Amino acid sequence: MSTLEIRDLHVSVETEAGPKEILRGVDLTVRSGETHAIMGPNGSGKSTLAYSLAGHPKYTVTSGEVLLDGDDVLAMTVDERARAGLFLAMQYPVEVPGVSVSNFLRTAKTAVDGEAPKLRTWVKDVKQAMDQLAIADDFAERDLNTGFSGGEKKRHEILQLELLNPKFAVLDETDSGLDIDALRVVSDGVNRFSAGGDKGVLLITHYTRILRYIKPDFVHVFVAGRVAEAGGSELAEKLEEKGYVDYVGTPA
Amino acid sequence: MTTANIPASTEKHASAGTAQQAQHGLTEHSHGAGAPDHGGSAFDTVASFDVADHEVPRGREEEWRFTPMARLRGLHDDAPLDGHDYEVSVDADPQVVVETVEAGDPRRGSSGYVPNDRVSARAWAEADKVLAITVPADAIVDKPTIVRLRGLSAEKAAAGHVVITAERFSQSVVVLEHEGSAAFADNVEVITHDGARLTLVTLQDWADDAVHLSHHHVSVGRDSVVKHVVVSFGGDLVRTSVTLDYSAPGGDAELLGLYFADSGQHLEKRLFVDHNQPNCRSNVLYKGALQGSKAHTVWIGNVLIRPAAEGISTYELNRNLVLTDGARADSVPNLEIETGEIEGAGHASATGRFDDEQLFYLMARGIPADEARRLVVRGFFTELINKIGVPEIAERLTATVERELALGEGLPAATTTH
Repeated sequence: MSTLEIRDLHVSVETEAGPKEILRGVDLTVRSGETHAIMGPNGSGKSTLAYSLAGHPKYTVTSGEVLLDGDDVLAMTVDERARAGLFLAMQYPVEVPGVSVSNFLRTAKTAVDGEAPKLRTWVKDVKQAMDQLAIADDFAERDLNTGFSGGEKKRHEILQLELLNPKFAVLDETDSGLDIDALRVVSDGVNRFSAGGDKGVLLITHYTRILRYIKPDFVHVFVAGRVAEAGGSELAEKLEEKGYVDYVGTPA
Repeated sequence: MTTANIPASTEKHASAGTAQQAQHGLTEHSHGAGAPDHGGSAFDTVASFDVADHEVPRGREEEWRFTPMARLRGLHDDAPLDGHDYEVSVDADPQVVVETVEAGDPRRGSSGYVPNDRVSARAWAEADKVLAITVPADAIVDKPTIVRLRGLSAEKAAAGHVVITAERFSQSVVVLEHEGSAAFADNVEVITHDGARLTLVTLQDWADDAVHLSHHHVSVGRDSVVKHVVVSFGGDLVRTSVTLDYSAPGGDAELLGLYFADSGQHLEKRLFVDHNQPNCRSNVLYKGALQGSKAHTVWIGNVLIRPAAEGISTYELNRNLVLTDGARADSVPNLEIETGEIEGAGHASATGRFDDEQLFYLMARGIPADEARRLVVRGFFTELINKIGVPEIAERLTATVERELALGEGLPAATTTH
């Protein structure tokens, strides 16, 4: 049983005109076994929340705290956060030429577990996870994210999620740009990850479409850098019908 | 000084001005009297044994524009090259003949090379001994022949000359290692005869104060397979110029290079592949990594396909990986094609950065910063190291790359520019 607590989080970015506050007091608690959807219009700060949790250097936390089972996440380096059990599936995974997918996966697994995975079971696990995500075998020898299609990048993020098996997954618009088949494959992967009931999922999305495949326990409407409304899955249905017009004044 | 059996100057071509132009910096005489005069090439350089034919470069010349002239210790000008502050040790299979011979030995010059710049001409004139390595015909030698030159001081500049001859159908590996402190200018001639297979590795693992200007000329024989490998790690300034041509059809040359520049180092790699015979092949792959402030690498890859070179194929690729801010990689591939009757010709050059975003991505998967850097650099060099195909060398290079990376630990990744 783990808890990820976000308390009154304020985050700003450097702009040419000086620092600009993006997150303006985010409060959110995710417990093991829960799936939270964060929905909001473009520019509401959803992705900033995701990257701030992972520790991207572009974002400056000006106040508030993030605790993982009571430990101060904001005091951790990026790699320490990952090893503590936080995983961010990125909207725009970065290309790293020269590093093969298989080498990367093995290195990451070794880093988060603190020891190298047993070769035989590891090879089998990778193969099985790739098959389930409809990823071709030759993918393992390609350079990390290099020349991947949008769908391949997203499936590869979920492959890592399943193999690294963190406590909490933050999925930053994993659904965007996917066709319906890929969306199903990716959603199935997330559902496999959380099936044991001991994982927390923070699903950030612009659209309700993915919520047909991944059922949230809680829905938070994110507007102007904070949670504007929170509720159960019925809130998603309301958004499906009316969009964000009630929150921002225009259909987003 | 120079010897009687070396011509004072190569065959000269009429040209305006004081310096004489030889076609493409190469020896027309070695290609026989029938070699066609095909007009000027962008690769024309002065080729002459006579030092006086080579003006003192000032740094504005095309060939020298990237080189920090002030750090050459006068090797390009008139600094005496009579120092002998170095030791040479040789570890060779008994089949391989390694001799130190007088400068007048007929093997010197047998590659057809004529010095194409002042440093090379000076080293040719002032080297008083020649290290001659001969792999006899039909000898199959598994054990690499290792010549280790250990410089003891960079105070007095020295000149060197090596001639490596791989006789017909021989098969061997030769490694020239350089370490310690030195100001060193040398010429290395490589001659392969019919069907010979030779891998030559030159390794510059110098101390921080060393300056090394090295000229290699490779003459590839009929159906011979040559792998020429340049590896540069240490040294304040290391500049290697490799020229290669074919003495007959059917030759196959693979030119590989690996370099890793740290703060303040200047590593310059120059290549000229002269496709002067039909049905030959060349493949160039040079890869460099840079880290730290004022680390500078230069790669100039020139390939000329002469009218006679029908049915050849050539490809050259340079890739550089900039690990931190403040480092600079220059990369200039040039391809000059004088016949369309070829199988293929191409080149590519790419300089990538290991940047903040890549670092973030890898760290977000739990990988510590230093290991992330190692992962990227190891991945970058693995293909090249495997291509060298000599296990002893591969292990050593991997270890040296790791050592270089350790020096860069704690340096921030290159800043992402959007």
